[in-house]
Amino acid sequence: MKTLAKLIFVLTIALLMASSSVFAGELIIKGSTTVLPIAQKAAEAYMAENPGVKISLSGGGSGNGIKAIIDGTADIGNASRFIKQKEVSLAGTKDVYPVPFRIALDAIVPIVNGKNTVAGLTRGQLKDIYLGKIKDWKEVGGTPGKIVVVSRDSSSGTFGVWKELIMGKERVIPSALTVPSNGGIVQAITTTPGAIGYVGLGYLTGEIKAVKVDGIEGSEENTLNGSFPISRGLFMFTKGWPEGETMDFISFILSRKGQDLVKEAGSIPLF
Amino acid sequence: MKRQIIDKGVHSTFLLIALFSITALSLIMVFLFIEGIPIFDLISVKAFVFGQYWYPTDDPADFGILALILGSVCVTLLSGMMAIPLGIMTAIYLAEIAPPKVAEIVKPIVELMASMPSVVIGFFGMVVVAPFIQQLFNIPVGLNMFNASLMLAFMAVPTICSISEDAIFSVPVALKEASFALGATHFETIAKVIIPASLSGICTAVILGLSRAIGETMVVLMAAGGAAMIPGSIFDPVRPLPASIAAEMAEAPFRSEHYHALFAIGIVLFLFTLIFNLFADYLSHKFRQVGEASL
Repeated sequence: MKTLAKLIFVLTIALLMASSSVFAGELIIKGSTTVLPIAQKAAEAYMAENPGVKISLSGGGSGNGIKAIIDGTADIGNASRFIKQKEVSLAGTKDVYPVPFRIALDAIVPIVNGKNTVAGLTRGQLKDIYLGKIKDWKEVGGTPGKIVVVSRDSSSGTFGVWKELIMGKERVIPSALTVPSNGGIVQAITTTPGAIGYVGLGYLTGEIKAVKVDGIEGSEENTLNGSFPISRGLFMFTKGWPEGETMDFISFILSRKGQDLVKEAGSIPLF
Repeated sequence: MKRQIIDKGVHSTFLLIALFSITALSLIMVFLFIEGIPIFDLISVKAFVFGQYWYPTDDPADFGILALILGSVCVTLLSGMMAIPLGIMTAIYLAEIAPPKVAEIVKPIVELMASMPSVVIGFFGMVVVAPFIQQLFNIPVGLNMFNASLMLAFMAVPTICSISEDAIFSVPVALKEASFALGATHFETIAKVIIPASLSGICTAVILGLSRAIGETMVVLMAAGGAAMIPGSIFDPVRPLPASIAAEMAEAPFRSEHYHALFAIGIVLFLFTLIFNLFADYLSHKFRQVGEASL
């Protein structure tokens, strides 16, 4: 009985001490789901190096990330696009000056089945295929056969870029197959000879064939030199010039170690 | 005196537990309606249910779910057409025709099929069945309504079979013996006595099997193709209601129009299953056999 009482006493003290240990810093990060895997890897590594820091992460999309910076509900807002003029003006009315940091690059590569003979497409052809205007592979120089359009769910970040850089204001045809993940697209393309889809650069495998866009191959190199057309920068925004923990975290991501984590997360590092 | 107190205590404990589960369920329902109804400030119920285009993230967005509803209905009907005859006939075989030794082995296997996780069936449909039916029918894409229905039928057969088997099995022997005594063959007895006597159980089995098919998410998410279009043939890809919710909810911003629209889809789905269950209830009352054969 005595030992039990002792044990309870010790446990209570330990619990009290654990709950009262003050965190050295706290970071709130919100925004783009495309940047989320990078932020997650970086946050885990950063917290392991600095045990006192607590980082809370959430998604919600690029728009929400930038909004969170303007409202002051987050320290860092992730965005898979640059800030819009409308958002800059909104920030101005609240005396907030958002500072962008480009932390990584991202390329989206059109893919077809390994047996497909088409090696390259122009952006215009890709758009017409996704609009349903081009229906057969023979129209783009391939062996005749119906084109099966595969797309991502409309709320995915990858779809967002595809829509912005290829579709513009127009809509993907309703008959397009939608798949909930990059891996799902690869799976669908592998098993469907007439299919075309698109995935992030990190998801290219030997089973599928990457298609050149405007004659340029989708690769890390071509993205870095800016020639591959379906690419974009990934950003972290801070409210004013970052200070303290926020500054340290941004510096960490931009360091060699941070950029290695970017690569691990499936995006393209800056250097 | 003491025994009466204990009895009362047991009474109220059970009442409390029953109330708890009912309250939890009705709270979920209330939540579903609270989160779903705001979308109707933006568009009318008619435009939501009969709208042809589902482009929830465009600006301006379109929230028409007709294609999704038709996707669900078609997939369920088609899977019913495959699963109902198979399920009921298997049940008749197991309960009436099969030698006891065969039934002893087959019945547990059928019941085991019911416990197959839906994600496994969906994966099977996506990886194995899709390329197969694509080559077999020489169609452009294997992820389509037919594939999803086939996989759903797989899931519905065990449910339909085991519940109907129970119903058929519990038809009193006296009825059967009376039929034989009047000179009826085994087939005539099955067709004219046993099936009518167990009809209410069989109807319940069918409805339960179909409501499993209409609410099933993983299989249709993986095998139906996910195209939000009104299907023109059974080999067109479709996007049933549960698949849309599952695929989009994670990325829909909290309390946005898209979020509310997905909850409204949930309401539609809830109404579907509610109607199914009410119908099952009605059927099981209507065809209830009175007297010895009542189930």
